[in-house]
Amino acid sequence: MEQFWAIAITIIAASTPLLIAAIGELVVERSGVLNLGVEGMMIVGAVAGFGATYVTGSYALGMLASMAAGSAMSMLFGFLTLTLLANQVATGLAITLLGIGLSSLLGQDLVGQPIAPLPNFHGINILIVFSFVLVGMVSWFLFRTRLGLKVRAVGDNHTSAHAMGFSVVGLRYACVAFGGACAGLAGGYLAIADTPQWVENMTAGRGWIALALVVFATWLPKRVVLGAYIFGTISILSFVVQTMALNLPSQLLSCTPYLVTIVALVVISRNKRVLRANTPACLGQAFVADR
Amino acid sequence: MLLSLEKRPERSGRMALLSPLLAIALTLIFGAAVFALRGVDPLHGLYVYFVEPLTDEWAREKLIVKATPLVLMAAGLSISYQANVWNIGAAGQLQMGALFAGLVPVFFTQWQDPSAMVVMLLMGVLGGFLWASIPAFLRVKFNANEILTSLMLVYVADLVFDWLVRGSLRDPKGFNFPKSVNFAGWQTLPSWGDVHLGAALALIAALGLGFMSYRMLKGFELFTLGAAPRAGRFAGFSKDKAVYFCFGLSGALAGLAGACDVMGVGHQLQTPYSTPSYGFVAIIVAFLGRLNPVGAIVAGLLLALTFLGGEAAQTALHIPDKIAKVFQGVLLFFVLACDTLVYYRIKWETRK
Repeated sequence: MEQFWAIAITIIAASTPLLIAAIGELVVERSGVLNLGVEGMMIVGAVAGFGATYVTGSYALGMLASMAAGSAMSMLFGFLTLTLLANQVATGLAITLLGIGLSSLLGQDLVGQPIAPLPNFHGINILIVFSFVLVGMVSWFLFRTRLGLKVRAVGDNHTSAHAMGFSVVGLRYACVAFGGACAGLAGGYLAIADTPQWVENMTAGRGWIALALVVFATWLPKRVVLGAYIFGTISILSFVVQTMALNLPSQLLSCTPYLVTIVALVVISRNKRVLRANTPACLGQAFVADR
Repeated sequence: MLLSLEKRPERSGRMALLSPLLAIALTLIFGAAVFALRGVDPLHGLYVYFVEPLTDEWAREKLIVKATPLVLMAAGLSISYQANVWNIGAAGQLQMGALFAGLVPVFFTQWQDPSAMVVMLLMGVLGGFLWASIPAFLRVKFNANEILTSLMLVYVADLVFDWLVRGSLRDPKGFNFPKSVNFAGWQTLPSWGDVHLGAALALIAALGLGFMSYRMLKGFELFTLGAAPRAGRFAGFSKDKAVYFCFGLSGALAGLAGACDVMGVGHQLQTPYSTPSYGFVAIIVAFLGRLNPVGAIVAGLLLALTFLGGEAAQTALHIPDKIAKVFQGVLLFFVLACDTLVYYRIKWETRK
């Protein structure tokens, strides 16, 4: 029983950052913006969160710093894609490349420094609880509030939304900032609760997996929970298999999360009808108001 | 004051040439600011970073060596991105190319004539091509997002490479170091100083693809499918074929870059292997070259300079060489921002 609980806790710990990052990106994509910079915002959030916690000793300040750093990166993305109408795919990649460079430069003096992990109750810390609250709030916001309806309208048909007097660019900026804060917090979780250390490139592709999760969840918040926990479970189970000494090469087991991501994308994407039902129709398209 | 954009009546040719230069100028200003913040005289900092590495012969050779894989990859990526096909897994394709090429010396160490060199280069091409075909196949058959699948395969390629080089490809006489036998003789590329044959291949590939892009029907087809997919369909161009073509081409070139790297620079397979990270820098090269394969030559040299400058800054100015990655990221930002000027005019509105 105790061993079972230990494994369950590691699964939850592995799923939480995916869940937080993916739910933020879901809101961004619902507003019609494709921000591929999740990985970059996460890694900057990780270094900012770790740095702030290390210097001030306050976890609350660490989490705030994570969110602020992620948001700041996302505002760069927003300025380029929403104001200057740059290509969203390319700009997202730029965020990721810049984020990886910036974090390794800023974090140089933090490598190897220890902090105590975020306090927890039998392995459950406040961010794990918060991740579920966040999903509930996002779900309620998108489907039960007037503002959420506006966000979805902007994502599905920005021309009509504009004609109805909604501020397309303003709403998108807000969603992008929210997504950035979530990605930053997910990175902060890795650095102050999960590891807890600053290691260069410590996100190891989790930002990209979060992006795939949004597709896997067909842009529905509740399915993001399901997806994140499936991913968390599979990646942890591959380690469990490893420790049971089945003599499989560790590198091949470490491939599992990436291969599972590919398989999940294939399974969901081949069913075009399911995708079309929920994909924001304006996803990735630039909006120019022709007054 | 509010910033707003006004669409130009037509694409500005002047801005198309000016925007990369403007982006470089802005990056230099950013660089000067970073140096100033670090307490280094900005002009001296810029000189050490961007000029000094070009002043001696040895460094100029290193510049070409570093630019070689960047140009090879960026030439293929430029074509892909023009066609709106997003291969961002060149890093993994490079690594597979290196791995495939390395199979020859590992299993046929005695094979020593010019054909061995040609076969190794072709193996590299094959490795990259096959690895890139996976996301293309998944896109065409299952509609799976190629950005995410090609990226995931970068991690998989790295782990497979690590597994094989530590395992079955390891040099039995190598004191247990995670590396293969040394490549020698005809299993390496002929070189002049540090510059190896790969540089010539990169030049040929970039010029050849430039010709295809602007003078052949295939280039027009890919360009149309990227810029106006509907028009492309009416013209009878197939998007599926374009996906296979772009991934195959850019993957093959990335594989060739990997083969050239292990045959011309490393002379062995070794893990951890650092060159694949150039696959991401090649994305910046492609955009700085305005998605023109010929432009990738100049852009590749410039990005190679950022690596050398980073090393110089570390030794001469005691600024960590990670600054190179920041400059590269910032450069891509400015490139994308300045590209707006090609189609739009910036207006400052004083009153709303």
